[in-house]
Amino acid sequence: MGAYIVRRVLWAIVLLLVVSFLTFVIFDVFPSADPAVLRAGRNATPSLIQQIRVNLGLDKPFYTQYWLYLKGLVTHFDLGYSYYNSESVRSEIFSRLPATVSVTVGGFIVWMLIGIPVGIVSAIRPRSILDRSLMGGALVAISAPVYFLGLVSLFLFAKGTGQLQWFGAAGSYVPISQNPGQWFNSLVLPWVTLAAAFAAFYARMTRGNLIDVMGEDYIRTARAKGLPESRVIGKHGLRAALTPIVTMAGLDVGLLLGGAILTEIVFNIPGVGRYAYNAITNSDLPAIQGTVLFGAFFVVFANLVVDILYAFLDPRVKYG
Amino acid sequence: MALLEIEDLHVSFRTLDGVVKAVSGVTLALDSRKTLGIVGESGSGKSVTAQSVIGLTRFPNATITGRILYDGRDLVGMPTDELRDIRGARIAMIFQDPLSSLHPFFRVGHQIVEAIRTHEDVPREAAKKRTIEALRSVGIPSPEERFDSFPHEMSGGMRQRAMIAMALALRPDVLIADEPTTALDVTVQAQVLELIQAMRDDFGTAVILITHDLGVVAQMCDDVAVMYAGRVLEYAARETLFTAPQHPYTWGLLESIPRLDAPRAERLSPIAGSPPSLINVPRGCTFHPRCPYTPPEALESEPELAESEPGHLVRCHLSVEERKSLWQSLLQEHPVLM
Amino acid sequence: MRDLVKHFPIRKGLLQREVARVHAVDGISFEVKRGETFGLVGESGCGKSTTARLVTRLLAPTSGSIVYDGRDISDWPERRIRPLRRDVQMIFQDPYASLNPRRPVGTIIGEPLRLLGVDDRDARRARVREVMERVGLNPEHYNRYPHEFSGGQRQRIGIARAIVLEPKLIVADEPVSALDVSIQAQVLNLLQELRDEMGLTLVFIAHDLSVVRHMCDRIAVMYLGKIVELATGDRLYAHPRHPYTGALLSAVPSPTARAGRQRRRVVLEGDVPSPVAPPSACRFHTRCWKAQRICREQEPPLESKGPRDMAACHFPLSEGEVDALARRR
Repeated sequence: MGAYIVRRVLWAIVLLLVVSFLTFVIFDVFPSADPAVLRAGRNATPSLIQQIRVNLGLDKPFYTQYWLYLKGLVTHFDLGYSYYNSESVRSEIFSRLPATVSVTVGGFIVWMLIGIPVGIVSAIRPRSILDRSLMGGALVAISAPVYFLGLVSLFLFAKGTGQLQWFGAAGSYVPISQNPGQWFNSLVLPWVTLAAAFAAFYARMTRGNLIDVMGEDYIRTARAKGLPESRVIGKHGLRAALTPIVTMAGLDVGLLLGGAILTEIVFNIPGVGRYAYNAITNSDLPAIQGTVLFGAFFVVFANLVVDILYAFLDPRVKYG
Repeated sequence: MALLEIEDLHVSFRTLDGVVKAVSGVTLALDSRKTLGIVGESGSGKSVTAQSVIGLTRFPNATITGRILYDGRDLVGMPTDELRDIRGARIAMIFQDPLSSLHPFFRVGHQIVEAIRTHEDVPREAAKKRTIEALRSVGIPSPEERFDSFPHEMSGGMRQRAMIAMALALRPDVLIADEPTTALDVTVQAQVLELIQAMRDDFGTAVILITHDLGVVAQMCDDVAVMYAGRVLEYAARETLFTAPQHPYTWGLLESIPRLDAPRAERLSPIAGSPPSLINVPRGCTFHPRCPYTPPEALESEPELAESEPGHLVRCHLSVEERKSLWQSLLQEHPVLM
Repeated sequence: MRDLVKHFPIRKGLLQREVARVHAVDGISFEVKRGETFGLVGESGCGKSTTARLVTRLLAPTSGSIVYDGRDISDWPERRIRPLRRDVQMIFQDPYASLNPRRPVGTIIGEPLRLLGVDDRDARRARVREVMERVGLNPEHYNRYPHEFSGGQRQRIGIARAIVLEPKLIVADEPVSALDVSIQAQVLNLLQELRDEMGLTLVFIAHDLSVVRHMCDRIAVMYLGKIVELATGDRLYAHPRHPYTGALLSAVPSPTARAGRQRRRVVLEGDVPSPVAPPSACRFHTRCWKAQRICREQEPPLESKGPRDMAACHFPLSEGEVDALARRR
């Protein structure tokens, strides 16, 4: 197992290098707007723009820029400075991380707490009316895009704009250390919105897995031993059905930690996702690089964790 | 008095393709300390019959009628909660493929302990001890270590022994073994069959042995029922079934098997045709499309399972004399059958 | 086949170094004469399926040689072997898994024709129908899909596919193991008829001794990647030389009333050792009741122990021992 982990970590590093290089290349080949121009603002003279170019190092050849970037990254963990506001990208991302983590982890808890029980209930009575309605509802939830659900929920429930003034409006997020009550209140709608599609998806997956598992021979043996049905489903069935689900959830969390972009935008939450969005709009390469790398890191790390976890959950899996 | 009596059992399943009549009127009895063999090919209904005894076929799309009497109670009508007290403790079952029949994520010892503690209020340590003893008694070496093994870490023979240990841990009155050796190599099969025999002798368990292998039946069973298309076609004591069978299907089975203990035949004598659909069962005698001796009545009406000799039941329209003489002529053609 | 070896590596560690090998086939030699039916019998893990795939060159050997019709094909690349595939065909065990469920049966049977250059659709169709009829299938079912057929019929489809090119050699890997007894007999008869009509050479692989004996002229018994005995069918069953063969034969329950009257003593204890770490010298010594020191130290060669009878054993079974085992059958 140790050798396996080392191998995976080495590959992960290679992958991150490739990701950073590709981002650089894409930005170089398809610049959306000249960052120097953007930074110069209105009334920019060509000489000012040129000045800014030199300051930002944009006049150097492409590979030199990349090399400098890489050097800074590896030696100081320096992600560069934003073209837009000259702030350290690293500090910008880290300061926004708690918000993204709040959204992601909260959403995760909500979608697991809803999705999995719904899936279980549907699986126990397949093709019943309850099953059909739950799965039908799930299909609707999966189909509705985040921005649609988000805006609808704001319209219905947000203070200030909503019909029922129950929860925090967009932009009302504060860190938990500042005001736990408001923190919570501002996240309820984002959590539900984010969780909706995921819960639906996980409900369907849980249902499918559990139905398959319940047809297996070892479930028949469990019944033949005289185990109560709650044990048969709850212990024997779920243990097998949920193993792939737990690992999938790990991957999804990894993905979201890189920035639940749509949710953060709709609800105006100052997280990494929104920062990434702003960075793209501003052609702010270092910021884009930084968020992409961060996202990639979380995904790669989550993959590794999940694979190792799987080896513990399924004793048949062995890594060498 | 029989230990277990199955009376006119019918089991059918509603499927998208139609109603599958898996079991149609099976009546069998098991006496204590005896071994009843149920032999048949796929689709004969033997597994469904066996599984219905402890209610494993109670699916939403299943219709089960008839009676299964055990200890004075009818198992067919019994609520599943009550049936669970019997499952594993009084009537235990082992299945064909021990790799898929054991939970892959739980250790073998744990699965056996679970069986014990479901029925008896026994502390974990005591249950563990009993489990290790059970593993030892079925011939698994180093049972203390094997307690912590996962099913995939054991060989096929060892797994089946573990399943037997689990089934017999609570000393049930009846063991139902559904094709217990079909998935095993022949040398391992011999070991497992011997183990079942030994356990049967030590604990006095009555056994229902389901198989498609007539050789296994010959070795293990006191009485044999031959099933086809959900019905019992012949029922006899082992000696009788192999020396004087009276149903054309039984003859067909005996003739079509290549034998080790006799000279090589040029060609085998197979039974023509293939097993019938259980959705559209042939009219009249279910075997008649494949029977070389079909009398005219067989096309219209299904024969009853009738006693042709004490203890020998046959479901066939041919008369007893006709059957006996046909068997005699078969013996002359194929002396190997003696 | 000469000194045929096939090892499957198990890789572990940082650099995926090979830490162990599965010794699937470990030095076997045998010949199959034209027109003969050669049987390969053994239990799981003995290497018979791997051998089947080596004979048809679906696998390349780790070492050793495969000589077909005078030519050593062991190292040939796939391109060179392709034309030979016309002559060498295979029938598989699982009639459910070996047919592509998305293709109609006529296409499945006709595929070998198409692959080997018969482009004329009508000619193919005619030949497929001809073959379907020969194996006992209704040619009208040309356009049906595999799932619409029973197990026995699917096996017939597999056979039809194998004979459509009129091959010279057919390797049948457990062709009847998954079938019901009554269907087994039909399919075995069919194979025999086809063999006699077409003058086929047949390599027949099975774990069921009675079936192998019925079908085959000469039989090789395999254990853990080695051939432990090689004899004609009748000799093998009348007088097995190798203790493993004796144990196998005594383990098969026979469907007679006699069988029930005696309690058989089981001859072999324990399980088959893993092919990753086979025992030294004579591989069978860990379970052999006749094993002595020499068996642990020196591997017995496969050599003649009687007329047309070869076994790899230091202490082959005597007449008396065979009788003792037979009484226990």
